[in-house]
Amino acid sequence: MARQAELAACLEAVLGSRSSANRVLRAGAHRERRQDLHRLFGALLERRELFVGPLPEEDAALGGDYSAEDKYKIWMRHRYRDCVGCLGELMAHDAFQVKELDSAPMKFVELEAQHPLIKIEWKGTLTFPCDLLKVVVDGLLPTHEDASLLISRFQEYMEFDDVRYFVMKAVTASIGQVMQKTKQRPLPFYQQNVFFLISPINMPNKESEMVKFMVKQDNREELKLSKLQAHRQVFEKMWLTFLKHKLPTGLYKKVLVILHDSVLPYMNEPTLMMDFLTVAYGIGGAISLLALNGLFILIHQHNLEYPDFYKKLYSLLDPSIYHVKYRARFFHLTDLFLSSSHLPAYLVAAFIKRLSRLALTAPPEALLMIIPFICNLFRRHPACRVLVHRPGGPADMSEDPYIMEEEEPSASRALESSLWEIQSLQSHYHPDVAKAAAVLNQSLSEMEDDISGLLELSAYELFDKEVKKKAADVPLEFELVRGLFGKKKDIFAEHFSLD
Amino acid sequence: MGKAAKRKKKVSVPSTAKGPVKSAMAAVKSNPFEVKVNRQKFDILGRKTKNDVGLPGVSRSKAIKKRNQTLLKEYKEREKTNVFKDKRFGEYNTNITPEEKMIRRFALERQQNYGKKNIYNLNEDEELTHYGQSLAEIEKLNDIVDSDSDTEEGGALSAELTAAHFGGGGGLLRKKVSSEQGDEEGDKPKSRKELLEEMIARSKQEKQERQSRRESALELTEKLDKDWKEIQTLMARKTPKSERKDKEVEKPKPDEYDMIVRELGFEMKAKPSERLKTEEELAKEEQARLQKLEADRLRRMHGIDEQANKKRPSHMSADDLADGFILDKDDRRLLSYKDGKINIENEEEKEEEEEEGEEEEGEEEDNENEEGSEEQSASEDEEEDDAADGHSDLESDLESEEEAAGNKLEKKHEANENESQNVEKLDPEREAAKSELPYVFAAPESYETFKSLLAGRTIEQQLIILERIQKCNHPSLAVGNKAKLEKLFGFLLEYIGELATLDLPELRTIDKLILPLYNLCQMFPEAACDSVRFILRDAAHDLEEIIEVRGRATFPGLDTLIYLKIVSLLFPTSDFWHPVVTPAFMYMSQLLTKCRITTLQDVIKGLFICCLFLEYVSFSKRFVPELINFLLGVLHISLPKNQAQGYTVVHPFTPVGKNLELLFVCDKKDLESWEKQNVPLSIVTKLKEANKTEINHIRLSCLALCFDLIKKCAALYESLPSFHEIMHPLRMLLTKHVPVNEYPEKMQEWYHSALKELESKVKHYTPLICEKKKPVPLKQYTPKIVKVLEFGKKQAGSKKEQERKQLILRHKRELKGAIREIRKDNQYLARMQLSEIMERDSARKRKVKELLGSLATQEGEWKAMKRKKWKS
Repeated sequence: MARQAELAACLEAVLGSRSSANRVLRAGAHRERRQDLHRLFGALLERRELFVGPLPEEDAALGGDYSAEDKYKIWMRHRYRDCVGCLGELMAHDAFQVKELDSAPMKFVELEAQHPLIKIEWKGTLTFPCDLLKVVVDGLLPTHEDASLLISRFQEYMEFDDVRYFVMKAVTASIGQVMQKTKQRPLPFYQQNVFFLISPINMPNKESEMVKFMVKQDNREELKLSKLQAHRQVFEKMWLTFLKHKLPTGLYKKVLVILHDSVLPYMNEPTLMMDFLTVAYGIGGAISLLALNGLFILIHQHNLEYPDFYKKLYSLLDPSIYHVKYRARFFHLTDLFLSSSHLPAYLVAAFIKRLSRLALTAPPEALLMIIPFICNLFRRHPACRVLVHRPGGPADMSEDPYIMEEEEPSASRALESSLWEIQSLQSHYHPDVAKAAAVLNQSLSEMEDDISGLLELSAYELFDKEVKKKAADVPLEFELVRGLFGKKKDIFAEHFSLD
Repeated sequence: MGKAAKRKKKVSVPSTAKGPVKSAMAAVKSNPFEVKVNRQKFDILGRKTKNDVGLPGVSRSKAIKKRNQTLLKEYKEREKTNVFKDKRFGEYNTNITPEEKMIRRFALERQQNYGKKNIYNLNEDEELTHYGQSLAEIEKLNDIVDSDSDTEEGGALSAELTAAHFGGGGGLLRKKVSSEQGDEEGDKPKSRKELLEEMIARSKQEKQERQSRRESALELTEKLDKDWKEIQTLMARKTPKSERKDKEVEKPKPDEYDMIVRELGFEMKAKPSERLKTEEELAKEEQARLQKLEADRLRRMHGIDEQANKKRPSHMSADDLADGFILDKDDRRLLSYKDGKINIENEEEKEEEEEEGEEEEGEEEDNENEEGSEEQSASEDEEEDDAADGHSDLESDLESEEEAAGNKLEKKHEANENESQNVEKLDPEREAAKSELPYVFAAPESYETFKSLLAGRTIEQQLIILERIQKCNHPSLAVGNKAKLEKLFGFLLEYIGELATLDLPELRTIDKLILPLYNLCQMFPEAACDSVRFILRDAAHDLEEIIEVRGRATFPGLDTLIYLKIVSLLFPTSDFWHPVVTPAFMYMSQLLTKCRITTLQDVIKGLFICCLFLEYVSFSKRFVPELINFLLGVLHISLPKNQAQGYTVVHPFTPVGKNLELLFVCDKKDLESWEKQNVPLSIVTKLKEANKTEINHIRLSCLALCFDLIKKCAALYESLPSFHEIMHPLRMLLTKHVPVNEYPEKMQEWYHSALKELESKVKHYTPLICEKKKPVPLKQYTPKIVKVLEFGKKQAGSKKEQERKQLILRHKRELKGAIREIRKDNQYLARMQLSEIMERDSARKRKVKELLGSLATQEGEWKAMKRKKWKS
């Protein structure tokens, strides 16, 4: 309390008269009372008692031929700079409380924007304190720790169009600097932090939406700042710089998940992402599955030509596709890619055969989705129906003609085969799967099944549905049991003991 | 007065008087002034109209006529209470033809007169019966029998009699008679009168003889009865038999046929045996038994038995001399039953007692006395018992049955004595009673009470407790019992789960508890289904929550595994859809695909679930992809790292990364010393601090189990068309990657049997052919036929709704008609009353006029007289 009182007294004295200005140094020692500091410098800024224009060196200025008034202002400005630098250091510190962010550094940004410390030479001069913001952004992106809390707090400032613009600029610069230093070595925390900061950026759709500025300026219309085009350019540059460097796998997936939705639409030239996406598509596994979405947009909307796209897609089909998290997304896209009726029959047949072969290892929720999916393929491509209906074929075959290992769909001989896999699934333990598989025995209806509802099906939902079904009566086991392992030919009795 | 009546009338009119009415109707119809035409708004082709032409005059006259017959009559008889009742049979019944009517009437008359007898006929007494048969008839039967022996006097109609009564018939007969008479009385013809007298005298004599004979017989029987009564008191039973004997002695011996007939008559009819008891009764008995036992136990516990025994009245023998001599102690024991049987424990107890007796010498003496007396009493007892039995000694020689009965009683008495010894032994027994189980249990209301019931009991005791709870609360005994027992199922299930989650799971106890669980499930399938589903839902919910929170799932505890196993015991797992089994399938599938394999326990749990899957589908042979995947994964983790080629493992196994080589054993010594053992389930909850060798052995056992499961899968899925595709990765792994040669011999056996099973199947593919579509029938242009509704034009609505509307309309119509009729009735009555009044008035006027007229004439006459007088 005593310190607080002392600080308050200091502030009063500094603001009261210039003669006691030296007490600023003592006030600056009270780091933990930053809100008071901003009050102090805020008041000084308002009184224009800080030096405006390019700041001369402190010692030089003191010795130079400035008026006493100027000297005082220059000195004060130096104190102010010290204080800001100090804050920037503090932000990286653990003890820094997230709450204080809005009270201290951003307050300075706001104040300084209102009372610019740069000489306004002509009317269109930008008065936004970029340097100060750079300090803040650097503080937000520590290289060795997770700053997600701080960043999430900062997000509310991103609502301001000008702040967002300058932050994007600052981030681009920061990435350039940091990655330059590390020389291609991935920095997981830093990249993580950057991703946290830039992924929620909410770009405006129209220029008319850009009305929220932190700094009010009369000549907004002429400024670059108020142009959507400029914003997009900065945004694009930032993402490209970010993605230029090698990403850790987890982050890779996260980027790909949001790429098509919150990045590609706001770029001036989405095709610039092509390199990134083709590389990602070539990696294989889940990353390829995710890259598919971005690629689809590029192919669909930006005339991207992708050689051997279907072959690549075909090779993506491996047993894990039914088990991965992004199953719904992948099958949604596959459905789109295979919806064209101009695809050759051999290709679709190869897809059908491969999907159903892989279905032999799939969980029931995936099976419930894939069987209608295959049925839809049959509807779109009637030429493939030989897979389920081959009346004049050879009576007995000793081998399935389809070659699973073949990479090239055209060489897989899928059209000579039949869908024995689905026939096997007709004796699946889940009643709905068995029923769905039995549909292929009959001739299909004309209308396509809607699989959009089935894509997101989860095992728990299935279970819940089954458990909630009302049963009219409950059949019981009639064989009287004598114990836990007391059934006839109990497998457990052979391998487990009750000890 | 409704419409229906009117219609009926309409029908009846033409039937009664067809001809004239018909012609009159025709005349009326042709008269245009009588006809009212109802104009139709629209002409509709094919519609039949009933009411296009009306005859108001005709219908009005009909209505009036009808009212005259009904309403008017009622009106006229409104204040009369006398009623004329015609009781003639069938007078107004038109269904009977007149002839039949006459016949029935005649029959009735005869019936009425039938019972009445001539009051002057004194000879005829009221009929006597014996065993429901009239005595007269029995006698007649005798007579017939007798008639064979004496032909002369037999027969109701002797020749003489006929001659006397009916004048002897034809000449031939008479001749014969006369010749006979000549033989008897020396050709002296007797007059008719004499003959008659003679005959009367003879018959009188006969009658007297008969009477005297009967009297003597009566006397004899009376005497016999008296004698009998004297000894009857001595003979307790079998009286009817002896009585019968007496009768038989008295009677003449009937011939064989009669004997058989009577024997048949008196033979024992098949008596209805005791019916089988219903389940409720059995349950009630069972409960009563348990209650009784409980009461017994309580009594013994509180030591009431002693006092009660002392107070018991001692049995007085018939041989008791009443000389005041009483043994110091009643050394016989009373008969006692336990569980419906004579106490058998006595022998054991005796032995025990002897042992005790050695300790307490004073008591021993007494006991020895008892036993000594018991042994010697074999013959004495018999006599004693006989005497006690009453008068059996009188007949004991004759009746062997009775002897047997006596013997039985003796035995019982012996048992009795044994039992009475029990009394001495009470004190130690009381101790035992305290630790003994109660016999009656209330069904527990909460899980805590249920647990406290079972706490600290052995397995057997727990089973007995469960059984008794079930019996005491059988649903047929009280209304609320069903709910109670249904709850019990839930508690038992919970209890089993708790036993399984203990640090040292009491699997043996669970094993024993399955049977009561099964029984309860059989009793209440719905409740069992609900509680098992509830448990499954909870488990699945927990799993889902863990996945959401941690992003990965872990295998559940042993209790859930046990529950899943129990599902397969209680419910048929081969159903296509089953309210319990299908969710269980889903849950197990989730476990196999979502739970991470990080420890050896996880592997064991997973293999346990694989076994469950196999067991579930063993009958139905349904395909379980998760099972194959998991087995593949288990094989994968038994291999050294970096060998994953040519096959792909799916979630939860990963081709690279942590938690590989969980089942990999490279220690040569361990490999050699391994022997196949059953994996103890308790490992699942707590892996014992085993040394490395033991863990390695368990690993190898798991691997062997995996091989066996693969073999079983191969046998199970043999018939699937894509068997080879399904098994392809497994076969790949088995043939190319598994280091068979490093395994011990027994493991190699497992391995080879699995591989053999996989490879022995022939590849066989037949192209698929769709089922033929049914030809779609051509569209035909037959008109759609819609039912024409009687009421209401609206066709919309369901059938029920239409019917309702119809009824409403019909009711409305009837109501209107009824109101109209009532109005008309009132009008008619008013008219009648008016005409009555007018009639009365006119009569009065007429009478007044008459009176006045007569008075005027009188006056006129009187005046004329006066005038005459005056003149004269």
